[in-house]
This record gives sequence, C-alpha cells and structure tokens, in this order.
Amino acid sequence: MAVCHLHLLKFMPSLHLEKLTKRYERTGYDALKSISFTVEPGQIIALIGPSGAGKSTLIRCINRLVEPTSGKVQWGDVDLVSLNSGQLRRARRKIGMIFQEFALVDRLSVMENVLSGRLGYVNFWQSLTRRFPQKDIDEAFRLLDRVGLSEFVDKRADKLSGGQRQRVGIARALMQDPDLLLVDEPTASLDPKTSRQIMRLIGELCRERKLTAIINIHDVPLAKMFAERIIGLKDGALVFDGPPDQLAGEVLTRIYGEEDWEEAGQRALMKFVQVGDGVPVIDNDRMAGLR
Amino acid sequence: MSVASVNGKREWQRYDGKQGLLRWVLWLIGAAVFVWCWQKISAGTEWSFVLDAPEQGADILGRMVPPEWSYARVLLRPLWDTLNMATLGTMIAVVLAVPLAFLAAQNTTPSAEFARPFALFCIVASRSINSLIWALVLVMILGPGVLAGTVAIALRSVGFIGKLLYEAIEETDHRPLDAIASTGASSGQIISYGVVPQIMPVFAGIAVFRWDINIRESTILGLVGAGGIGLQLNSSIGNLDWSRVSVILLAIFATVIVSEWVSASIRKAVT
Amino acid sequence: MADSSPSVGRVWTPPPLIANATLRWIILIGTVVYLIAAFGTLDFNWQRIAQGWERGQRFLGGFTPPDFVTRGEAILEGVLESLWMAFAASVVGIILSIPIGVCGARNLVPQPIYMVCRSIMAVSRTLPEILVAILFVKLFGFGTFAGFMTLMFATVGYFGKLLAEDIEAANQAPLEAMRAAGASWLQRLNYAVQPLVMPRAIGIAIYRMDMNFRESAVIGIVGAGGIGATLNTAFDRYEFPTAAAILILIILIVLGSEYLSTFCRRLVR
Repeated sequence: MAVCHLHLLKFMPSLHLEKLTKRYERTGYDALKSISFTVEPGQIIALIGPSGAGKSTLIRCINRLVEPTSGKVQWGDVDLVSLNSGQLRRARRKIGMIFQEFALVDRLSVMENVLSGRLGYVNFWQSLTRRFPQKDIDEAFRLLDRVGLSEFVDKRADKLSGGQRQRVGIARALMQDPDLLLVDEPTASLDPKTSRQIMRLIGELCRERKLTAIINIHDVPLAKMFAERIIGLKDGALVFDGPPDQLAGEVLTRIYGEEDWEEAGQRALMKFVQVGDGVPVIDNDRMAGLR
Repeated sequence: MSVASVNGKREWQRYDGKQGLLRWVLWLIGAAVFVWCWQKISAGTEWSFVLDAPEQGADILGRMVPPEWSYARVLLRPLWDTLNMATLGTMIAVVLAVPLAFLAAQNTTPSAEFARPFALFCIVASRSINSLIWALVLVMILGPGVLAGTVAIALRSVGFIGKLLYEAIEETDHRPLDAIASTGASSGQIISYGVVPQIMPVFAGIAVFRWDINIRESTILGLVGAGGIGLQLNSSIGNLDWSRVSVILLAIFATVIVSEWVSASIRKAVT
Repeated sequence: MADSSPSVGRVWTPPPLIANATLRWIILIGTVVYLIAAFGTLDFNWQRIAQGWERGQRFLGGFTPPDFVTRGEAILEGVLESLWMAFAASVVGIILSIPIGVCGARNLVPQPIYMVCRSIMAVSRTLPEILVAILFVKLFGFGTFAGFMTLMFATVGYFGKLLAEDIEAANQAPLEAMRAAGASWLQRLNYAVQPLVMPRAIGIAIYRMDMNFRESAVIGIVGAGGIGATLNTAFDRYEFPTAAAILILIILIVLGSEYLSTFCRRLVR
C-alpha cells in the first residue's frame, strides 16, 4: 500500500486556463475563443460539445501539441505557454495523454509502447538501445497487470483489438507517473461495451492516483457517468460549466443546437438495449448509467 | 458528356462542343509535333544503313551462334566484381541516404531554411545524373576499376533511396508521433520510437529494390572502364568477337533475372 | 501492491529486429562472410586512389567555370536532338505497347498470346538500355535513329508491363457485365477496360517520356545521338568546362521535366 500513500501525499498543483485563444491564421478560423476555467487538484472534468467545437484543440493547447495564439495555461506556478522547448519537454513528462485512435506505434511491441512513456526520463542512447532502468520495467509490468494485458507483453501493438490497444495507451500515459491526465475521445473508436469498460478503467485509475483529468467525450451519458464536473464547448466558446446533474435538456440544446433531445435520448437508450433471440433485453447495469 | 434538347428530341453526345474542339486541337498539336520530330530524326539518318539492318542483324546473329561456351569460365571473376559494385555501392548509398532523407523530410528536418534545401539539392543532383555518367567522371578521377564503379553506383543511388525514403517519412502517421512528443520525449527519441518503426519495412523494400536496379546498371559500367562484366563486353564488341558477346549477354540476362527474383522475394518477405 | 508484487525484478529483453533466431544468425553470418570475401577480392589501386583527391581537385578546377558558349551551338543541337528523340520514341513506343500490354493481361487473352507478350516485355525490361543501344548502333549506324529505336524498345517493355498489370488489377465486374450484354472483345475493351485504366495510363506515359529524356543523355555515349553524344565528345576532347555546362543543363532539364510531369499527372487526375 506504500505506493498508494505516496500518491496521496504527493503535492498536486491546480490547472488554470486564462483567456486561452487559438486562431488559425491561414484560414482566419477561431478554434478557441478566450477560454478561462480552473481545475482543482484531483478533479475529473468532462469536456463535451459537438464535433468542431474545439475540444481537441483545447486539450492539445494545454500540453502544446497545438500552439495557442494567446492566453495562459497556469500549471502550479508555471505558465506552460511561456516555456521554451527544453522546459516544455520537462513539463510534458508530468502530463499524460490518452488518444482517440490510441496513437500507438503499430510495429513496436506492447512493452516498448508502454516504456515509451518514460522517454522523457532516459537519455537518447538508453532509449535507442531499449535499456530502461529496472524500476521502469517493474512499473511497466505492474501497469500491464493492472490494465489486464500481462499476457501480451511481447505482442506487436497492431495485433491487438481496439479495447486492448486503448489499454496499452492508458498504460503508456500512466507510465509517465503524471499529475495531470489529458484524455482525447478515448472511446470514439470503440464499441459501446468496450467504451464503458475503458471509461471505468480510466476513472478508477484517476481516483487511485488522485489524478487531475480532463476528458474530451462526445458521448453525454458516458460523460455524466464518469465525471464530477462538466464543461460544455460550442464554436470555441465555453457555454456550460457545472456538475452533471445540472446538464438538463435545454442546456444540451444550447450546446448541441436544435436537435430533439427526447429523440437523441431514445437513441442513446437504444444503445444499451441488446436484442437477444429477437426479444429486446434491457441491460439494467448499463441503464443505470443513463439516469 | 452532354444532353441537348433539339426539336423536342433529346440528343446525347460524349463531349459537348467546346470540350470536343479542345480535344481535337490538342491531338492535332501532338500529331504536328510528332511529325516535326520525325522529320528531324529522318533528316539525320542514313536510310541505306537502316534498310541494310535486317541483313546486318542476320549476319551478327549468325556469328553469335554458337556461343563460345568455354568463355563463360573467364566471366566468373567479372561477374563477382559486378555483384560487388552493386552491393557495396548500395550499402554506401544507404549510409549516406538515411541522414539526407531525415534532413529532407518536412516533418523531421532540423531547419527548413538551410538543411532541407541542401538535402533536397543533393538528392536531385544525384538522381538526375545517370550512373554511367557518374562512372565516366569518376574513372577520370579514381582511375579505371571496381572502385570507380562502386562509387558511381553509390552516388547515383543516394538520390533514389533518399527521395523514396523522405517521401515515406513524410507519409508516416503523425498520431503516434504526437503521443510520443506528449510524453516529453526529445526529437531524437520521437524519430527512433515513432518514425523509424513505421518506415522500417518501406526502407528495407527500397534498399533491396535499388540493389536490384544496381545489379543491372553495374553490368554496363565497364563500358566506360569502371570494372565488372561490361569491360569484357566492350572488348569483345571492339574485337568483333560475336560468339563471346552472346555468352556475355546471356550471363548479364541471367544475373539480372536472378537478382530480380531475389529482390522480389525479399520484398515480399518484409512487407 | 507495491514491492511484493511478482512483477518486480522481471526481466524484459527488447524484441530483435528479425524474430526467427536461425534466420537472424544466417543473415548476420552471411553478411560478414560476404563482406570479408568482397573486400578480400577487390583489387583497388591504392596508389591511384591516393592520388584521387588531388586529381579530383584538379578535375573540379578544370570543370569551373562551366562554359556554355564555346560549343553553344553543339550543346543546343544536342539538347534538341535528345528532346525530339525522346518524344518520338515515347509516342511510337506507347502506341506499340498498347496492343502488347493489352495482350499481356491474363484476363483478356488466351494463355499462349499472354506468354508471348509477357516475354517480349520481359526481354525489353531485362536488357539494360545501353546494351540495346550498342546493338542498334551496330545495326542502324550512328545517330538519332538508333537512339530512337532504343528508347522505343525500352518504352514498350516498361509501359506495356504497367498497362498489363493495371488491366489485371482493375475492377473485373464491368468486364463481366459487358460480356453478359453480348459485347464483342473490342467493345469490351472500349467500354469496360479503357475508362478504368486511362487516367493512370496517361500518368505513366508522361512519366515514361520524362525517363526517355533522361536515358537519351546516356545512350549518346555509345553513339546513339542526342546530348549524350555531345557530352562524350566534350570528355574525349578534354573540354571539361563544356562538359560541366552540359551536366548542369541535363540536371536542369531533368528537374524541369520532372516538375512538368508531376504537374501534368496532377492535372489528369
């Protein structure tokens, strides 16, 4: 249990975005319009909104995979936007990211993919010869056990199923021993059942390690199920910020536009209804998440 | 394609008036240019020689058979040299082309202002000059022999391998690269974990493919004195020793076919 | 959960590049043996190589500055000769290779015809162009006609093969549909094959023209006309500044024709 206590004792900075703006100069398109909010340490936030609302751009601006045009990303006492490339690399070591289409290196083994989470800590020669410190390898085995992939250590990443690949992606992000987790549409390429398993796994791991997390997700029911706070984006602007239970029909209409939410809700419900032998069977466990 | 309505009947044509006209004009220009080219060629040709060709051909063919089979033994050493020029040349080219390709690829170049144009220039210069011309120049510098041939092959192949490789690097999936960058990896680590595994099979394929082409090219470098079986070919033709020429041609033919087969099966195995 | 876990101290060895151990060793040992044999039998003239640097410098000195003027007329004539040789050879070569290519497609013709056409193309592709040029110069005499014939012969092999492969790879369903509709062989060709392979065929044709120009710079060395002949003469007369000028021109024209061919291919697509 020593490890868990360590996680509890660790100092966790808070994340504060201030007037974060992203404008694509060439097209004149404003992807983010002056977004400000604060994430408390250990909080799990779901970022919802229609596609094109700027969700992906927002989380990529935090670790600067996308360069913001203006504004601040205050992480503890540093502004990530002001860092030079060496400082940014050091800061990124503590920010894990999980991707929509897993973003694994297909031709590397599962273990190599997981170990790539430690690249910020080893020098180039060590990483080229794959000589990672034994404690990193121990941690990698532990994480692979935790996400249920201990049998696949030496399999190539492209030999795995979608759910398994996302588990590798999760292990890679946690391998960084991050303080902040950025999660970009983790379930967009997965079927409904696997989606829920993956979301549950991410939620559990965040709570175990007291991680601050921002999760982009287009699936509103899943967002309500796993996040304690929800932020809604529309056309690059912040239009909702509050707990899941305030996310009522007219708020969703504001975010997603004039879609009939009764019908959409029905559709979402149908996702969790399985048809067995021609008779609809309602899976109560899954239904619970929708309430 | 157009549908026009004339007197209440619908007519269908493959192309409408303007399109059709444009096509005819283009064809006409092409034909005119061809006729003009042909006249130029024809003006520079001694037609009596050309008309004479079947007779000449029959004569040469008659002297080619039967091939002087015993000469084949002498060819083993030149063939070995040919193989070495192609193989060593390809190896040198690979060593030079890999860094050039990383400098030239948009997503891995350290500087788009200096390194990239420089690398692209090297690649283009190497590619536009045929290995025979490289050999011609190198024989004057290094003297006749296998070395000039090896370097000629290498210099020509750098551009070929470099071009295909940098295109492959530019086509890599950028998502894993983003993921690795987000862990705080340095650019060298992003290349070794993200780019290299993705281009490995393509790279092996390109190298083997170029080796196959190089075998074919190194058979003729001897014509300008750069070693290999081309030397024997040149002297046999010079001496009008047609029964030996046929043996040499057969040897070249066989070598090329074998190397093509080897390269095809290796490429099939790696992808 | 922490240090007592069975995962601590587990060793992990990085996966090798080639999974099969026997194959890995065969390749490794084979490469070493080959390299020893190759270097052992190379008879490099080390003395000459030692002089190479100095000679190279003198050579480069002789090359600069490139001289476009003294032999300006000969250079211009050589370039034009190469251009029309390449163009005419491409046109005739492509026209000839269409029937051969079509008959080299397994799905259109009976086996014997297929074999004959495929072997014509194989011979054309296997023989290095320069060898063909030597033979044709012997047959037709020095000059552009031999060059024209060489490039044409090479075009037939190259274009024909790619055309045949394209036809074989194209969607087979329209062909079946045409046959079901009672179309004749030529009609099937016109309606079910031509539209499918046309765009790529045009691209290949343009690319081959580009290649033919490049090759025309080389076959001149053995007497088949064009810029290569001019270059060879310059080398023979030790007129290095002129040779340098010709090399620069070749690079520029190849670059230009490459841009043009990419542009045309994009236009067609």
